[in-house]
Amino acid sequence: MGMTLAEAILAAHVGAPVHPGQLIDVPVDLVLANDITAPIAIREFEKIGVGKVFDRDKVVLVPDHFTPNKDIPSAEQCRQVRLFARQQELSHYFEVGRLGIEHVLLPEQGLVVPGDVVVGADSHTCTYGALGAFATGMGSTDIAVAMATGRIWMKVPSTFRFIYRGERRPWVGGKDLILYTIGKIGVDGARYMAMEFAGPAIESLPMDDRFTMSNMAIEAGGKAGLIAVDDITRAYLAEHARRPYREFRSDPDAVFAATLEIDVSEIEPQVAFPHLPSNTRPISQVGNIPIDQVVIGSCTNGRIGDIRLAAEILRRRSVHPNVRCIIIPGSQEVMRQMIREGLAEVFLDAGAAISTPTCGPCLGGHMGILAAGERCVSTTNRNFIGRMGHRTSEVYLANPAVAAASAVLGRIAGPDELPAPWA
Amino acid sequence: MKLTGKAWVFGDNIDTDVIIPARRLNISTAEELAKYVMEDLDPSLAGKIQPGDIFVAGKNFGCGSSREHAPLALKGAGVACVIAESFARIFYRNAINIGLPILESPEAARRIRQGDQVTVDLSTGVITNETTGEQFQSEPYPQFILQIIRAGGLIAKTRQDLLGGAA
Repeated sequence: MGMTLAEAILAAHVGAPVHPGQLIDVPVDLVLANDITAPIAIREFEKIGVGKVFDRDKVVLVPDHFTPNKDIPSAEQCRQVRLFARQQELSHYFEVGRLGIEHVLLPEQGLVVPGDVVVGADSHTCTYGALGAFATGMGSTDIAVAMATGRIWMKVPSTFRFIYRGERRPWVGGKDLILYTIGKIGVDGARYMAMEFAGPAIESLPMDDRFTMSNMAIEAGGKAGLIAVDDITRAYLAEHARRPYREFRSDPDAVFAATLEIDVSEIEPQVAFPHLPSNTRPISQVGNIPIDQVVIGSCTNGRIGDIRLAAEILRRRSVHPNVRCIIIPGSQEVMRQMIREGLAEVFLDAGAAISTPTCGPCLGGHMGILAAGERCVSTTNRNFIGRMGHRTSEVYLANPAVAAASAVLGRIAGPDELPAPWA
Repeated sequence: MKLTGKAWVFGDNIDTDVIIPARRLNISTAEELAKYVMEDLDPSLAGKIQPGDIFVAGKNFGCGSSREHAPLALKGAGVACVIAESFARIFYRNAINIGLPILESPEAARRIRQGDQVTVDLSTGVITNETTGEQFQSEPYPQFILQIIRAGGLIAKTRQDLLGGAA
């Protein structure tokens, strides 16, 4: 019997065929934690008593959430992570000024390649599925064990396959495809499953958009969000990969738990209303919703393709007087590219704020917290109650073009409604 | 092992941001986190939970972030057990790993009401609603999960595995 992409990667790691539901003990290629999950992982790691991590080249720590340190407790947590990285002589500890949001940074630095099994103490670790890796989020204790042993137990997931066909409409990107999909199947529609994104519309989708899709697999409850390697992946890897890699794909006779075919030509830009990512509406049915803030960035949409799209909208236009627009490039490299291409100037001219790379406002940490009742259009991944600030504030999830257009118009709106740019 | 406590009933898709908001993640001890448990749903809840109380929820409990702070906050608040129609997978792992008992029972999740007195027998998976007399059988744990629970959590089990039981 054939195997799916997810099963094939896991089988190669355990050295035997695997089937959904099977509990396996898998060697991992990379283990990841950040400044809010690493402190607990370190505490638990020290209880195990092995002294050293299993491989100092394969444990990655990225203090990206509450950095640059937002308050004294956060500073203490970051120091704990920093000291652990030094003590363990980790090859891949990233300091403020040299870092990025972990899921933007790791692919960019070539630390994840196709065929890898990656576990991270961050739910959006599934982002690397876009590179044909099996990557999944776990908690700190699991990560402590993976840091100590280089192995992790998991249940082999069944695979939910999504086949996207047709031509994308203008202003429709990976964010819209994945929001639409989550809207169809719900926030537990792929619970415990690997999602596999395939079909002609994926084959023409740029790498940055693919990362966005895989990133949000967790918002449907998915364990992973995989895309098979193709020429677009290979071109990306030619610039970034630091290691040789192995390509896997689903066998023709692989068994899928479910398959959903989606005609992308029917998909408008999507907006997920509070308080679930599945609460989606097409932009034409949003109505008049005034907003207070726009955030463009995050592990979901903080890559250079996203920043370019936002700049295209904001070029020779102004942020609405009632709106704060905050642009957060996802890494130092994204920021460098943004400056090199003159996009920083575009944002400054438009009246937008530019932040250093950080997860910051996405999870209500800092750099753009919402007051009671305030509304934000955000390119991030979650719009749960209180996610970005006060419990009565509201987050609307959208793609970077919709977010930028909303910043200009002061209400949730698509780029088609924009006034002509300045002369 | 039997647990008895008052039921607190919640709906579907209770996410980890609701269980413990990210702004509290600059702390990592169960005792401190417990002060803020479920604060965005009900800021007064943390003060009302009694040690031994039992949470009962709908489907996909613990969805969202991987933060282990969520089960830690519940444990710190004295929540003895969570019964739900279903759990998000990372929360499920986290709860088992840190020794917070969780049981899947769609029937119990639908039938138990706020304030009911509930008894859970962890050895048999039987849930009894003492207020109504109803009984429910929860989903049994896979063998491997039972080994983690019996060892006292994943760290204790890993120590046993590595040190050949010398832990």
